[in-house]
Amino acid sequence: MALLEIKNLTAGIEEGEILHGVNLNVNAGETHVLMGPNGAGKSTLGNVIMGSPAYNITSGSIILDGEDITKLSANERAKRGLFMSFQNPLEVPGLSLEAFLRSAIREQTGKPVRFFQYKKDIEEICKLLDMDESYVERDLNVGFSGGEKKKAEIFQLLMLKPKLAILDETDSGLDVDAVRTVSKGVEHFAKQGGALIVITHSTRILEALKVDHTHVLVKGKIAAEGGADMVDEINANGFEKWVK
Amino acid sequence: MSEMEIRKDTPIDIDEGDSGIVLDDVERGLYDFKDEEREEDFFKVDEGLTEEIVKEISAAKHDPEWMLDFRLKSLEIYNRLKVPVWGPPIDGLDMAKIITYVRPKTDMKADWSEVPEDIKNAFEKLGIPKAERESLAGVGAQYDSELVYHNVREDVAKLGVVYTDMESAITGEYEDLVKKHFMKLVPPTDHKFAALHGAVWSGGSFVYVPKGVKVDIPLQSYFRLNAPGAGQFEHTLIIVEEGADVHFIEGCSAPKYNIANLHAGCVELYVGKNAHLRYSTIENWSKNMYNLNTKRAICEEGGTIEWISGSFGSHESYLYPTSILKGDGSHAEFTGVTFAGKGQNLDTGARMVHIGKNTSSFIDTKSICKSGGISTYRSSVEISSSAEGSKASVNCGSLMLDSISRSDTVPAMEVSTDKADVGHEAKIGKIDDDAVFYLMSRGIREAEARAMIVSGFANPVSKELPLEYAAEMNNLIKLEMEQG
Repeated sequence: MALLEIKNLTAGIEEGEILHGVNLNVNAGETHVLMGPNGAGKSTLGNVIMGSPAYNITSGSIILDGEDITKLSANERAKRGLFMSFQNPLEVPGLSLEAFLRSAIREQTGKPVRFFQYKKDIEEICKLLDMDESYVERDLNVGFSGGEKKKAEIFQLLMLKPKLAILDETDSGLDVDAVRTVSKGVEHFAKQGGALIVITHSTRILEALKVDHTHVLVKGKIAAEGGADMVDEINANGFEKWVK
Repeated sequence: MSEMEIRKDTPIDIDEGDSGIVLDDVERGLYDFKDEEREEDFFKVDEGLTEEIVKEISAAKHDPEWMLDFRLKSLEIYNRLKVPVWGPPIDGLDMAKIITYVRPKTDMKADWSEVPEDIKNAFEKLGIPKAERESLAGVGAQYDSELVYHNVREDVAKLGVVYTDMESAITGEYEDLVKKHFMKLVPPTDHKFAALHGAVWSGGSFVYVPKGVKVDIPLQSYFRLNAPGAGQFEHTLIIVEEGADVHFIEGCSAPKYNIANLHAGCVELYVGKNAHLRYSTIENWSKNMYNLNTKRAICEEGGTIEWISGSFGSHESYLYPTSILKGDGSHAEFTGVTFAGKGQNLDTGARMVHIGKNTSSFIDTKSICKSGGISTYRSSVEISSSAEGSKASVNCGSLMLDSISRSDTVPAMEVSTDKADVGHEAKIGKIDDDAVFYLMSRGIREAEARAMIVSGFANPVSKELPLEYAAEMNNLIKLEMEQG
């Protein structure tokens, strides 16, 4: 049984449909790459899987671990093991990253956070991501640079340990060093058995990962699927042959 | 920025009116005691607020002669002044029944079953002990925290600090000190409700910190523990002498329920040379309350006043703590948060008056409104021609949680010298749905996510409060968020 099954999903906003019947399966521990030209609906797909109220699902279903989560709110999906690294992480003044994360862990597990383990995890993950520990005391994403925001997303990913993470252009706008650090975090997640859907325009973040499947999304539909080598092919030739 | 004219209708500009129509036009006897059952709850009087009633209050409190005179003079002024008309409408306040506000039977026999549900629920959720709940609701025995209060009082007494209730202060050895300062900063002529306060005040705290004494623990007002009704016209007088330092905390997060729905307290703070006073307040009035409170501080050379203010509850509030920076180099800060929910119209802000040279003031306020609540930020920064080299900064932010609520900003500035530096920044925004989704995507429930964003918005205030008060305030925000 697939970890995530997306069946004939159509979704959009009031002004119109964006996804026109998407099918996608992800097995536990697999790494999937989602590519496609600008405006194809990649971010929409990520947001719809995560449960953004900005989009309406008009038909189809999203199944996680055999459970239909199509109608569940984002927090219920998170509780069941979904995560998304946001393309533009939001700033929340007055709420520290640490306090936020503690609430999130408490909500997800239904138990109070075990302080010493928690502190130890923070320490280790900060080290892995080359993050100063003082970051966690800062207001969530407030005054963070683009790179710091993305690092903070991966920090949350590693702290929350979901079953499946969607990375929505986590590597875009980052310099070479930042991509390397972020990749290290993602690689760590994958090695621990986490499944991934990586939405990306570049291959830099994929270098450290073993890609299992590639999906090409064009105009709200999966236009092609393949293995790891497809990424290189797209890099060489672009999406032209699927864009009619 | 400096061209902005001060509004003629700001709270401080109320002139003494000479019309007493509000009180004189109505035959109050008809209304006051209509309800036979409740007649016994009040002193029998034929008219509104009379000399006799004021004399009775005075006699019951064993006032010295000068205080009785003061009350009677205030009464005269009260009868001459008009009800202010520049703020939220207060016509729900029945001035014809002023006597019921002034003289509820001291041992109020309200029934627990009559206490509104939302207040009972709030007690529950805020974790207020049962004994204290009844006291706060004005229906039970006094919550017995006298012991705690006495211990604190004895500790600070060793430092020479006087910390007592106003009644004791006025009849005891500090009488002259009180007489010298009482309603000198907020004279009864200030506005109608200040005059009312002068005539009928009762309860409150008196604090005197001698020269050079630094008090480490915050002094907490215990008016929540006083006799029922005492939280209505309480008077707080704090004198901090040269080089001294103290933190005073007023109020608590529990909603204070009172049958009489007018609160007209008065706070006067005297900050000496190079002295430091922090005055923190969390107010949470029941939603039927008209909160018409007056707070004022005056700073001598190099003195600092810091106001931390959380305003919750009440039906309507007028609240603009004033700092008079008289001495050169004196400094004032006001940090406040206001939360207006359904049926609430809260008009809050601050006033800064720069007189001394090189004085500085800083205002940082956050207002939140939801479910149709109206929150108005109103401030006045006045820099007189003598206040050369002064600096003032105003920063006000509003957060609207839905589209039916309203937030207004009325900042006034009057700058009478070129040699001053004045800045103002206002931000009005709505809660960001994307941010809510962001928090939810980590497993946080929607209501919790919204509460976290709102608490974060109010964080500049809560982080200035002692830990237990900050926690109380966050609980209060959560509670307000949950209510419809």
